[in-house]
Amino acid sequence: MRNKCLDTIYKLAQNNKKIIFIGSDLGPNVLDTFKKKIPSRFFMEGVSEQAIVGIAAGMAMEGYMPFVNTISTFLTRRCYEQIVIDLCLHNLPVKLVGNGGGLVYAPLGPTHQAIEDISIMRVIPNMAIVAPCDSIEMEMLVKDSVNFKSPLYIRIAKGGEDIISSKKEKFKIGKGILKKKPGKILFISTGVMTQIALKAAVEIEKNKKLKCGVLHMATIKPLDEKILSLWIPRVEKIITIEENVLAGGFGSSILEFVSTNFSNHAGKISRLGLQDQFIDKYGSQDELFKDNGLTVENLCNLVLK
Amino acid sequence: MLKELKVKLDSRSKLLRKSIVRALFSANRGHFGSSMSLVEILRVLYDNVVFFDCKNPKHEKRDRVILSKGHGCLALYAILADKNFFKIKEFDTFLKLNSILGGHPESSKVPGIEASTGALGHGLPLAVGIALSLKLKKNNSKVYVILGDGELNEGSNWEAMMSVKKHKLDNLKIIIDYNKIQSNDFVKNVLDLEPLNKKFSSFGFDVSEVNGHSISELKKNFLNFKNKKTKKSSVTICHTIKGKGFKEAENNPNWHHRNSFTKDEVKIINKSLL
Repeated sequence: MRNKCLDTIYKLAQNNKKIIFIGSDLGPNVLDTFKKKIPSRFFMEGVSEQAIVGIAAGMAMEGYMPFVNTISTFLTRRCYEQIVIDLCLHNLPVKLVGNGGGLVYAPLGPTHQAIEDISIMRVIPNMAIVAPCDSIEMEMLVKDSVNFKSPLYIRIAKGGEDIISSKKEKFKIGKGILKKKPGKILFISTGVMTQIALKAAVEIEKNKKLKCGVLHMATIKPLDEKILSLWIPRVEKIITIEENVLAGGFGSSILEFVSTNFSNHAGKISRLGLQDQFIDKYGSQDELFKDNGLTVENLCNLVLK
Repeated sequence: MLKELKVKLDSRSKLLRKSIVRALFSANRGHFGSSMSLVEILRVLYDNVVFFDCKNPKHEKRDRVILSKGHGCLALYAILADKNFFKIKEFDTFLKLNSILGGHPESSKVPGIEASTGALGHGLPLAVGIALSLKLKKNNSKVYVILGDGELNEGSNWEAMMSVKKHKLDNLKIIIDYNKIQSNDFVKNVLDLEPLNKKFSSFGFDVSEVNGHSISELKKNFLNFKNKKTKKSSVTICHTIKGKGFKEAENNPNWHHRNSFTKDEVKIINKSLL
């Protein structure tokens, strides 16, 4: 997903002279071709996230469209005030491309595990967030991001994940995709959690004969209120799934929406996500999924509870 | 150094200070000392150095001026009103509910304000991004960013300075309003900046120091930057007096921000402007 994202940025930059890439201190050879072919719009500015976000804002003020890329935790936590003031208060078209959203950097510990990036980005006025479910969707949304004129946080999740999207689907920032039509049960998921949701939905139908739908919301903010309004009243049970702390995260945003617009339906929602604590183990991302209940099995159990 | 800074204010410097005082009295509060130390720096920039168009504040060929120490905004408002970016009567609305003039400047509200500032340590990175962009666009405009001394406590400035050096940004002028006092106390007591000149030199800057209230020194220094072709980035340390122009306020840490002016203070301040 990460390679696809960066390749797409390079491809777009070849034809769009406004596009700029700014990295902090990324691994060797990242976007080497970009650096060689378009050196004037390729910047690697060192471990200085505060300055980098400010520099990107300055470039956007002059009409450029910077894509800023580094590890999610550093890109969201370290330079939060720069994101709030330089990007969001000025409402500039800068894309923050966060590597390792969620538990991707499992073995590197809590300094690198972006467990609350969705929550802290979501509360900033003018900020939008996308968390694609696979590399196809990543490519399509990065392409669409060129038309997006406000700050955007692009959350890159797992690498080498399954492909569950098809290029025939309609990808657009701000639009949800119904991956599987619901019966009485609906999973609303974001990022790679949609992969778990789809597997769980199939499992439940097969074993329990319960029709279970999956609504994938790659755009966490702004919420696609239209698609939510269409499906929420039609189902009996909803479970939101996210690779983020429950506090203030994706599920919270669904609850807020339902509380405002469909208050009678709030009771049918439950949320699956990370608890209000730092991750205290290493291992792999999959192992941490298991350890934190972000599994097909746990999702099935929640439905049948 | 401070003794050498005793410059008698001329009528134009007093006029700009009158505007600032008009706003301060209207709201009965504001960053008094922080604005007064800046007046001559901004006056010289706008009177003699930068290109601007008040009818088209976003003119592509304009020079970009960013007041990173946003709390000194009253001085910037004063010169912008003087240059007809907006009407001076706006000063009577300073800090009021629907005013365009807030306690820190906002680019979405005030014509001529390049960037919204107020949280410190933001202006220089923005200026670096702008300066890099101007070079990419082959636009010869210059970028002037004014930082406070206390503001240099913020690490983001030093991060950005490394980028200034790396990219040889000779179209960027960093101006330090070195009035030696920050919010809490004298800078040397809070977090000493000295040796400041050496700090900048070691970052690769061409450093000059001027009396920040001397019109001739400022003019010579800024025009030298504007007209001189150099591949070195440059910093001007402007030695200034916080609260300049008002005896009670000068070099007095209690006048960084003031509210509830007493009748006596109003009288003394007005008298200073005669």
